[in-house]
Amino acid sequence: MDSISSERSAGQAGTASARVEPVISVRGLVKRYDSHQAVAGIDLEVRHGEIFAFLGPNGAGKTTTVEILEGFRRRTAGEVSVLGQDPATAGGAWRDRVGVVLQESEPEPGLSVRECLAMYAGYYRKPRDIDQTIALVGLTAKAGTLGTRLSGGQRRRLDFALALIGDPELIFLDEPTTGFDPSARRAAWEVVAGLRKLGKTIFLTTHYMDEAEYLADRIMVLSAGHIVAEGTPRTLGGRDHMSTAISFTLPGGLAPRDLPAGLSPLAEPGPAELIVVHSESPLVHLQMLSDWALGRGFDLPDLDVHRPTLEEVYLSLTGSTSTKDRP
Amino acid sequence: MIRMTWHQSRYDLRAFLRNRQSQFFTLALPILFLVIFASVFRNGTVQVPGGRISTSVYYVPGIMALGVIAACFANLVASVTAQRERGVLKRRRATPVPAAAIIAGRVLVAIVLAVVMAAVLLGIGWAAYGASVPGRTALALAVTVVIGAASFCCLGYALTSLIRNEDTAQPVTQALLLPLYFISGVFVAVSILPHWLADVGEIFPVRHLANALLIAYNPHTSGLGFAGLDLLIVAAWGAAGLLVALRTFSWQPLGR
Repeated sequence: MDSISSERSAGQAGTASARVEPVISVRGLVKRYDSHQAVAGIDLEVRHGEIFAFLGPNGAGKTTTVEILEGFRRRTAGEVSVLGQDPATAGGAWRDRVGVVLQESEPEPGLSVRECLAMYAGYYRKPRDIDQTIALVGLTAKAGTLGTRLSGGQRRRLDFALALIGDPELIFLDEPTTGFDPSARRAAWEVVAGLRKLGKTIFLTTHYMDEAEYLADRIMVLSAGHIVAEGTPRTLGGRDHMSTAISFTLPGGLAPRDLPAGLSPLAEPGPAELIVVHSESPLVHLQMLSDWALGRGFDLPDLDVHRPTLEEVYLSLTGSTSTKDRP
Repeated sequence: MIRMTWHQSRYDLRAFLRNRQSQFFTLALPILFLVIFASVFRNGTVQVPGGRISTSVYYVPGIMALGVIAACFANLVASVTAQRERGVLKRRRATPVPAAAIIAGRVLVAIVLAVVMAAVLLGIGWAAYGASVPGRTALALAVTVVIGAASFCCLGYALTSLIRNEDTAQPVTQALLLPLYFISGVFVAVSILPHWLADVGEIFPVRHLANALLIAYNPHTSGLGFAGLDLLIVAAWGAAGLLVALRTFSWQPLGR
């Protein structure tokens, strides 16, 4: 985690000194399909060099929004600027600066990894080196293999390579690790973390909270077409101000009222005879608790200190609406 | 644009050459059809404009039409539909490559395959059935192959919009083409068809492509061998296909 957080702060320092104008700027974006409003007037901004994670349950409007930003769909209303242009009308010169990993796409049939990259390299004005790009996504050993013979995780890495071959400034990753096993996801995260080092701006959609937590500088949560929260992985939804749950079991014969005066009013019975203390200042309360226990000569072997996870925050933000969403 | 088309066609051709199923239906099957039909009816003759020719020779231009259609229509519909449904076309559209270059590159491959097939069938007709390779009408034959190829490519692109699932592409094209081959002078000489069936065949471009190729191939043909009206009808079908394709062609998967 340490290396990631230091990279993250380095990335933000770079942002401040680099461009001021945002890479993506959206004002009042609306997309309506017949009677259904998929995106209900959202604003968002993505800055140069950051990894922006766009979260939300299936049907929240994530893919609709991304495809509008990528220029694949028309919007109903609102202002959209991506790299200074309107994606709905931008041409080849704009596409030259944008890389896209689609939610679902299969390899080019009949072409090897290297051939596929050579074909895509030919589409761009100033492509990256082909073998270097293959190495970047970790497919060097498979460079001569037909794309259709690759495993799911390898195909996704080929998709990454195809999105990178034009050396884009901005990369869209639409649910890049859906269906991956844990080790393939880790490998994909390393690739994305590598892109950050190259100074790329990344727009990521995902419904994996650990993915957003690991990669994102900033997170925005979409639910039923509305933005319900925005922040960093640490601050999203007021996470940094939420109380910490300190839980433990008391030795036989002791009850919550036996706890020190500062703790007993906060203590509540939890499941399976657990005592849970909801604390706004966990360090103080933990010291109080440990002094008290040690002074009486016993341990608290199942002591647990739990801060709300990003996933819990996310579920509380989206939980009430996720069931009525369209697939 | 020309450079990009050339670039695209090189990779499309390479992908074609690695697909056994496409090769069988596009390259092997027409040759197989020619050998079978020419062998079954080897002793007969067929009435054509200007005289009679041996049935084996008659089958050469007919199967040539089939070869052109296999390369430019059946194979194109199957491969383009598969590329679309697998997100391959959409991913290409996310790059700066012009849409016209992707299409022109694929069409170029189809036309090259059609020309190669025509030449191979011509060679078989000459070597196995003693048919002469036309000299005076060679230009007409080449032009007919190219006009037919381009027109069926347009019809192929038009048809892809009606097929939502890559698995149905091959059955749909065969269901359209097989009956037409029987009533258009490809599998059976038009002279032995009932009139009403021949009249139905007249509506469709398969009949006119086969006829134009027969006129350019027929040793009794006088003049340069251009079948103006037939070519016009084939090209009109192609133009109609192009209009439909321009309005309905999708780069994004339809079946999902």
